[in-house]
Parts: sequence; C-alpha cells; structure tokens
Amino acid sequence: MIYSYFPGCTLKAKAQDLDTYGRKAAEALGVTLEEIPEWQCCGAVYQQATDEIATKLSSVRALNAAKEKGQPLVTICSACHHVIKRVNEDMKENEDMILRANNYLKFDEPYHGETEVIHYLEMLRDKIGFDKIKEAVVNPLKGKKIAAYYGCLLLRPSKVMQFDDPENPTIIEDFIKAIGAEPVVYPFRNECCGGYQTITDKDQSDRFANKVIDSAKMKGAEMIITACPLCLYNLKQNTRDIPVVYFTELLAEALGVKEQEG
Amino acid sequence: MNNEKALAEEVVSFSGTNPRNCMKCGKCSATCPTFEEMDLHPHEFVSYLASGRIEKLLQSKTIYKCLSCFACVERCPRGVEPSRLIEAVRDSVVGQKGADYLSPDRIPERLDPDLPQQAITAAFRKYKK
Repeated sequence: MIYSYFPGCTLKAKAQDLDTYGRKAAEALGVTLEEIPEWQCCGAVYQQATDEIATKLSSVRALNAAKEKGQPLVTICSACHHVIKRVNEDMKENEDMILRANNYLKFDEPYHGETEVIHYLEMLRDKIGFDKIKEAVVNPLKGKKIAAYYGCLLLRPSKVMQFDDPENPTIIEDFIKAIGAEPVVYPFRNECCGGYQTITDKDQSDRFANKVIDSAKMKGAEMIITACPLCLYNLKQNTRDIPVVYFTELLAEALGVKEQEG
Repeated sequence: MNNEKALAEEVVSFSGTNPRNCMKCGKCSATCPTFEEMDLHPHEFVSYLASGRIEKLLQSKTIYKCLSCFACVERCPRGVEPSRLIEAVRDSVVGQKGADYLSPDRIPERLDPDLPQQAITAAFRKYKK
C-alpha cells in the first residue's frame, strides 16, 4: 500500500521521533508513506470563521496533491490532522470556499474534497487492521500499563473528525492491546492539555497537564502515549516520574524496527 | 440599529453559527475546562450576542482563555458551537491595527529546546493578525 503523507512542520523539527518511528513502523507493516513534495505548514489551528480562506489554502494544496496521485492522505500530528480534515470538509460543503479556493489555486481540475484524509491510527485500525498488527508484533510490550492520551483535536468536533466516539474513544486502547500491553482508562484522557496557552500562560497549561497526569497515574498508568507534539510537550514539562512517548515509538519497538537505521 | 448591535450582528454573521438557537441549558459553560479562568463564560457569549451586545465581550479576557478544545461544540445539544462565537469576537479584536495579543518579542523568553513549532504557530494564528 502506498499513501500520500503530510508530516507537518513539527515532525520535521522537534517531533522527529513521531515521524521517524511512524515511517519505520509503516514500512514494517507493508505501507509506504510518500511525503507530499513541497508541502506547506497547515497553520496548526483551524480557523472557524466562515470568511477565513487564506489560512486554509496550504491544506487544500496538500489535499489536491494526494488527489492527483489517487492516494489517501495520511497525517500523524493531531493538529495537522484536525486542520486538514476540517478544511477537506469545507471543500466538500462550503460553496463559497470551494469557489474562492479553486479560483485562486487554479489546479488542473477543481478540488471538491475528493481526498480521503486518514490519521495514522485510523490507517492502523481501518486499512491494516489491529489483528494484523498483533500478528506482526515481534516484541510484545507484555504487562506494561499504558494510558492513552487523546486530547482534543483528534476527537472533536466528532461530526467532522469521525475519528472515534468522542466521549468514550477506544482506538488508542485497541492499539495498546495490539502491541501486547495493557491499556489504562482514566477520566482525563480526552480533556485538553492546555494547548497553546503554553506560550501565553504557561501556569495554566501546567495546571491542565497535571490534571491529566494525576488522573492517569491514579489509575495505575506506567506510561502515557499520545499523537500530538504539543500534548507531549505539555505533559513532559510536568512530570519526571512517568514517561510520555509518541505512539509511533512504541509501535516501532513492538515491531522490532525501533533501532533500525534509516 | 446602533453601532454595538451592528457590530454584534457582523461578528455573528462571520462566526458561522446562530446564537439564537440556544436553549440556555448551560452545558457549554458546565463542560468548559477553562471556566474558572474566564470573566465571562461560554453561555454568556452566546446570550450577549443573541441580544446584540458585544462591548463587554470585546473587553473580556475570555477571548484569550478559550482553548478551542471544542468540548462546548461537541456537547451543545442545539448545535450553537459557542467556541465559534468566542473566536469570532477575538478575531474582531486582534484583527484591528495594533491590537495583537501576542507580540513576537515575547517568544524568546518562552523558547526552550523542546518547545514544538506547533505551539508558536498556533499561538500566533490565534492571537495575532
């Protein structure tokens, strides 16, 4: 299977582990992630105002690049996924945006939301299948109690994201089971980590992150995993005694490709 | 129509949602993780804008406290999506000349070796035009 891939700016810089292990694990599972040439930053925030178009054009370019190759578009970063998925929905439904974006971008053919946008976790669940992943695991993380941290951007608004049940998600817990570990379900797994308040009011994001960490530890978690670089940062800044890692790192470890070169 | 009412209508029109669909259940504020940090709360944004009032909202620190976590959007039984209204008010403030909430001068003090690019990009997109 070959999919188009949008890594995003953070995965090229501070979150290289999320990207590197994601690619290695995909290869081990028979999936090639083809990075979109000359992709541009998604902007990290989906602007909700209906008259906001300029900030969404980079996503439309990425979506159209995948369309031209006839491939689904895979994302890993929660923020990129949120932005690109919602912009794609706009390009299906918002007539004003469809007209203006296409008039400006002048693709060979107008873009109308044709590309299927899937998060890496959805690729594991829906395209490969957690049962197949279980079979491919050579180094099961037996007995390890792992807490999935979803945060906001993958789940909400569920009407558009269609990622999982927004109040009681199971996709990351199912992933944890597939790699042989034991999922820990805790109350704050889909609450916000404080997000970009880390720039304007770090005390607030620290307080929020602590609630998440305490909640996970209270349920016996030995490790927290996430798909979002900003969640990872906010959680890591506030804990020394429990590791916080990207889900792709654990996947690569379970598949025995973590230490592989390249 | 007075100026305040006209501005409120304009902000509502580009928010993409209709505050008059609200049935005042208060679920948005009840579910908001930032409730305690706010001076005016999500249900008040909905209520003020539904009745054409915006002046107090423009002065409110809430517009810089909303996390865009979409908890209120997800749980609103009437599809009002209060975070859209809070964002529309914020946009109408920071969109004015010299009204940026976040200045690039403040970034160096925040930089540390692990801070993801995403945090800076997102904050600028929210707080600066």
